[in-house]
Amino acid sequence: MSERAAVSPPDEQDEEHEHEQEQDEHSEQSASDSTETEPESTPEPVTTGAQSVIRALENVGVEYAFGVQGGAIMPVYDALYDSDITHVTMAHEQGASHAADAYGIVSGEPGVCLATSGPGATNLVTGIADADMDSDPMIALTGQVPTEMVGNDAFQETDTTGVTTPITKANTFSSHADTVGDDVGEAFALANTGRPGPTLVDLPKDVTLSETDREPAEARVPDTYEVQERADDEVVRAAARRIEDSQRPALLLGGGVIKGDASQACREFATEHEIPVVTTMPGIGSFPEDHELSMEMAGMHGTGYANMAITHCDTLIGIGTRFDDRLTGGIETFAPDAELIHIDIDPAEISKNIHAEYPLVGDAATVVEQLDEEMERSPQAKKWRAQCQQWKSEYPMAYDTPEDEPVKPQFVVEALDEATSDRAIVTTGVGQHQMWACQYWTYTEPRTWVSSHGLGTMGYGFPAAVGARLAADDDQEVICVEGDGSFLMTMQELAVAVREHLDITIVVLNNEYIGMVRQWQDAFFEGRHSASEYHWCPEFDTLAEAFGAKGFRIDEYDEVADTVEAALAYDGPSVIDAHVDPQANVYPMVPSGGDNGQFALSEDQL
Amino acid sequence: MSQENTNTTTQGLEGPPPEDRPRPQGRRNAQGIRIDPEVEAEPDTRRTVISALVKHEPGVLSDVSGLFSRRQFNIESLTVGPTEDDDRARITLVIEEHEPGIEQAKKQLRKLVPVISVRELAPDAMRRELMLIKVNATRPDQVAAVAGMYDGQTVDASPETVTVQVTGSRQKIEAAIETFEQFGIREISRTGTTALARGTEETAATKGPASESTPEYTEDGTPTHPQTTPSDDD
Ligand SMILES: Cc1ncc(C[n+]2csc(CCOP(=O)(O)OP(=O)(O)O)c2C)c(N)n1
Ligand SMILES: [Mg+2]
Repeated sequence: MSERAAVSPPDEQDEEHEHEQEQDEHSEQSASDSTETEPESTPEPVTTGAQSVIRALENVGVEYAFGVQGGAIMPVYDALYDSDITHVTMAHEQGASHAADAYGIVSGEPGVCLATSGPGATNLVTGIADADMDSDPMIALTGQVPTEMVGNDAFQETDTTGVTTPITKANTFSSHADTVGDDVGEAFALANTGRPGPTLVDLPKDVTLSETDREPAEARVPDTYEVQERADDEVVRAAARRIEDSQRPALLLGGGVIKGDASQACREFATEHEIPVVTTMPGIGSFPEDHELSMEMAGMHGTGYANMAITHCDTLIGIGTRFDDRLTGGIETFAPDAELIHIDIDPAEISKNIHAEYPLVGDAATVVEQLDEEMERSPQAKKWRAQCQQWKSEYPMAYDTPEDEPVKPQFVVEALDEATSDRAIVTTGVGQHQMWACQYWTYTEPRTWVSSHGLGTMGYGFPAAVGARLAADDDQEVICVEGDGSFLMTMQELAVAVREHLDITIVVLNNEYIGMVRQWQDAFFEGRHSASEYHWCPEFDTLAEAFGAKGFRIDEYDEVADTVEAALAYDGPSVIDAHVDPQANVYPMVPSGGDNGQFALSEDQL
Repeated sequence: MSQENTNTTTQGLEGPPPEDRPRPQGRRNAQGIRIDPEVEAEPDTRRTVISALVKHEPGVLSDVSGLFSRRQFNIESLTVGPTEDDDRARITLVIEEHEPGIEQAKKQLRKLVPVISVRELAPDAMRRELMLIKVNATRPDQVAAVAGMYDGQTVDASPETVTVQVTGSRQKIEAAIETFEQFGIREISRTGTTALARGTEETAATKGPASESTPEYTEDGTPTHPQTTPSDDD
């Protein structure tokens, strides 16, 4: 990121002392960054509201924006024309919102998406809701009809702040050209401060067109917004005693560990005190899955050993997790013998679903360090660790690959994992393929797993791969694992990937089924496949070629390795249409509201 | 829609089946609190008053009411009005929830960006509501007498109707309604409860800590059990 820090005006410096220190750290970084790039030129003064919007984005170092043009947002796009920010025109605004979301996940800085009023804004809604559920940093800028027409049901008028209030961390309707840049800066800061989330600024056309010479103020959160960094010392002390005395401790790492850049601190804590680690789905990548202490993911389709560990622990240290029902199963049977130490930056998450005996509000990395400093000894949990290892061997994730049956989807996932580096990024759609991508890929690094967790949005994977690609380093492969159904929802973004020459490898685990639904129908609806079978499915490899991408197809086991290699070698978007076993099911499975410890290993156990 | 082909393989994974696995002893109630299965599982609800100081700007009221409906908090009344400071408004909420629900409501409210501070008022806080009640004027003298009983004032009289204003606690208003019933009630309009803390105690003026209640621990770090405040019915 460049040009990160704006200096605050002298009269505000006192009260902004803390802020400045943070900003200073950033500017040091950016100073060293920018020595390699061109010297900074003084930007032209702002003359309109729209220019102020773009200036506010430039001030915080925005490099990419994803969006679609349209009437009410045109002044903003006009200002963008002169900016160094790279705009990626997406095929659909939903694609823009998922791309911005994924950009935020991979880079750690809010992704930016733009849309016009009315249908442009409503098309962003799915992606905004998705970012809200997963606490992903993102900022949406929407055009709006001119202020004097608001309320008249004008052409392409939608009450965008009204529609998005329940699915944003904060949103605002900008009312003046002089302050519109401040609104954008504040929205950016809010998206990325404390618990991240999506924010939205609605930009009426008269406001962006109006003249102003006011430069946007420094991007900062409003003073009503407070974030607690350090947890209460007394609770930390009590929690440390609890861990020391624990016989069956387990760490549960959630997405907040990754967003809070606490992976390193958690790894050190776990290895120093030899505590087995379970992750949530968003927490994938926070702890290396090939580590001895890793039990991998728990919950509905978590590993058997993770679910055994979480069910039988006596002390659960949950970090950056909101105890979603896909993780907990039925509340009554969730970690029923465990006292909970819950670390979260959002006080409202603590004791929301699961009561925390030790509530620790604060930044994940800071609180884990507090806890570590307070620890006088490690728990005596040798027996428990041996038990965890035994569960690992009792419940292997092994599957058969009979030659006379179609290719198993798990096999394709493993082949891709093997052929790529540890830092490869995986994005997914939603369904069985998503679960196989969690279960059969071994994640070792944070910010390499990019998926739709809380909202479960089919169609997320491919536009997310576009955003991830632009946020990732060049040497990081971006792999998009899709289902045939999910890919059909947003595959038009192939046009964008080809146009922008984005190196993404898409693998469609094509079971010609709305597979996850088919699996539930077999288990819970007597195999009645209502609206889950495709009687006809396009040839995704041919379709890819029509877009100008490279198409591949897999039907047999002996084609897998070579095809994966060729697709990875292709410089640009490639699509592997992998025809996999349509009967394959995802196990283990804890049915909705079920007991994690009673996970089913096959359909007859449900 | 076709019926499914019959060769569905029931694929699965290896390992001891559910019935062969050890099961833990404990259990949680619906609020996620670990419970003694022998003891009663569900906590009682109580009615309480929450006061929030907010930025006086458009949209705050809808943010707050949207939050309460979306999260299914059981809300009895919500009032909003200006304060001593032009930039600040005060929202007073009466909710009825179990203990974890009250805590959650306060924290969620505190999270809204335009909310400055949130406070649950003590049971002895001053709580007042205003009611306008319009009754038939067939027995005006008796209406005046009942109004007097509740310190009410007659604010409008016509040949057919009398309208009385009554202020006070919720119970007083409800008692008044019951007594006025004998005259035939035509219409009622109530403001909902507004409240302030007593004496020098601030209602919700200063910035509150992010999390108000910190549990207490014994010497060895064991948490003492969460206590419930006695229910209060004013
Ligand atoms: C936008 C959206 N619509 C519907 C669903 C419900 N749903 C969940 S999984 C699924 C099937 C997905 O099919 P596919 O992408 O082919 O994945 P598969 O399960 O076959 O791997 C559906 C319809 C959803 N999650 N998201
Ligand atoms: Mg499918």
